[in-house]
Amino acid sequence: MSRKFNTGYYVSEGVHSIFTHGFMSFAAVCMIVACLIIMGSFTLLAANLDNTLGDLESENEMLVYIDDALTQDQARMLQPTLAQVDNVSQLTFVTKENALADYKAKHNDNIAVLEDLPNEALRDRYRVHVYDIERMADTQAALEQVPGVAWVRAAIEIADGFVMVRNIATGVAMVLIGILLIISLFIIANTIKLATFYRREEIAIMKMCGATDGFIEWPFVVEGILLGLTGALIAFFAQWGLYQMVAKFAIQGNGLSLVNMISYSSMATTILAVFCGVGVFIGVVGSLFAIRKFLQV
Amino acid sequence: MIRFIDVQKEYDNGTKALKGVSVRIDDGEFVFLVGPSGSGKSTLIKLITAEIAPTEGRVMVNGFNLNNITPRQVPQMRRTLGVIFQDFRLIEKKSVYDNLAFAMRAIGASNRELRRRIPYVLQLVGLDQKGDRFPGQLSGGEQQRVAIARALVNNPSMIIADEPTGNLDPQRSLEIMMLLERINELGTTVLVVTHEKNLVNRFNKRVVTIENGRLISDETGGYYNVEKV
Repeated sequence: MSRKFNTGYYVSEGVHSIFTHGFMSFAAVCMIVACLIIMGSFTLLAANLDNTLGDLESENEMLVYIDDALTQDQARMLQPTLAQVDNVSQLTFVTKENALADYKAKHNDNIAVLEDLPNEALRDRYRVHVYDIERMADTQAALEQVPGVAWVRAAIEIADGFVMVRNIATGVAMVLIGILLIISLFIIANTIKLATFYRREEIAIMKMCGATDGFIEWPFVVEGILLGLTGALIAFFAQWGLYQMVAKFAIQGNGLSLVNMISYSSMATTILAVFCGVGVFIGVVGSLFAIRKFLQV
Repeated sequence: MIRFIDVQKEYDNGTKALKGVSVRIDDGEFVFLVGPSGSGKSTLIKLITAEIAPTEGRVMVNGFNLNNITPRQVPQMRRTLGVIFQDFRLIEKKSVYDNLAFAMRAIGASNRELRRRIPYVLQLVGLDQKGDRFPGQLSGGEQQRVAIARALVNNPSMIIADEPTGNLDPQRSLEIMMLLERINELGTTVLVVTHEKNLVNRFNKRVVTIENGRLISDETGGYYNVEKV
């Protein structure tokens, strides 16, 4: 007899099994959808938090004050040297006159007091943005070594706070995603195990007829893939709706525009791919885990 | 061919099911394996089908040494056997034809092979008009015929029937035994595990008697001797 890989048979058996055990299939898909949405929600929360922190980080600038002994032209000539300092992403020269004007604009309720301030009251300075907020202290030290720089003001504590919040958020999200993945696998494995339990007699007969473990497993793998993909597609669209709803509330209740939510459509391809990947992974690993016990004949 | 050489089997709970059994069944033979409940018959069948491994001794089945058979070789070995159970073990939601097709597909047979082989086997067991019936629509005797057909459909060199008439009335039991005899005449080795004294004595075949894990008699043209057991 011919011994070929019978794809058509595996697919038809897998599909047939899904409909034969309709309720169990429905339960498995529901579990996959629930797990993916929970995992997806945490991931999207982490992504948005990361994005918001990134925005806030990019606004966190250092001020490099230039020595009073330097003329404004000499101060401007420091720009290439400062730009070469590691981790510096952006430099903006601010003259002492402009700095004073900005200061007065910010404190215009005390304009009478400020009016008498001479232009020399403030120094020329550079506004400096960095690539990596975690290396802010090192960058501050390096900038202070540049001849002509009087001192550098950097909100190191705030930067460290951002880094800590980001690390905690990423860590918590990773741990939660890991735990949810394990729980999902466990639930799916048990759901499919129930379906497999009803078919233990068929499996025993197949084993007695000389079926290989692979031959018995493949329809279950196909079933797991189909359940996983179905769950992933449903979860993808449900997550989309949920995200839009949350985004709408966030925008309405966010007068300061502190939270800048990433659009779902910009992440849709990635989310769909990850959901399908995780859904298929959960379905297949769950199926194989469930059937393993019944292959011991 | 089956060959047991001084086979012992002790289960994890300490039960010694077989205590040094040696027996040989050649190709083409028809053998009854008899003995009381708990004598070791089921253990012997499980050893033949490689469901369990011997604790000591050697077991050879159709050219496979089961003492060092690899997991990949077990399906190959089982394809040389056809197993029939007392409770038929048919798939209720599949038709007679599909029950046989299921067994053939399990070893990778093509649809063409199914269409050629299944009608022949159904005719052999006298069910050629009932391929589209479901097990629940058949009598006990007919269901056992389907089980025999399923055991035969992959053309094994040996049929192992574990109490095949245990759920049947005497007339149906006789018919099943005659069918097995006919299959044997066509060249397939047949090993029947049974309690049915009248059937054993009627067929005048080789009778292997096992009791308390030991082989106590092996007689060609023998009888199921109640006193002996």
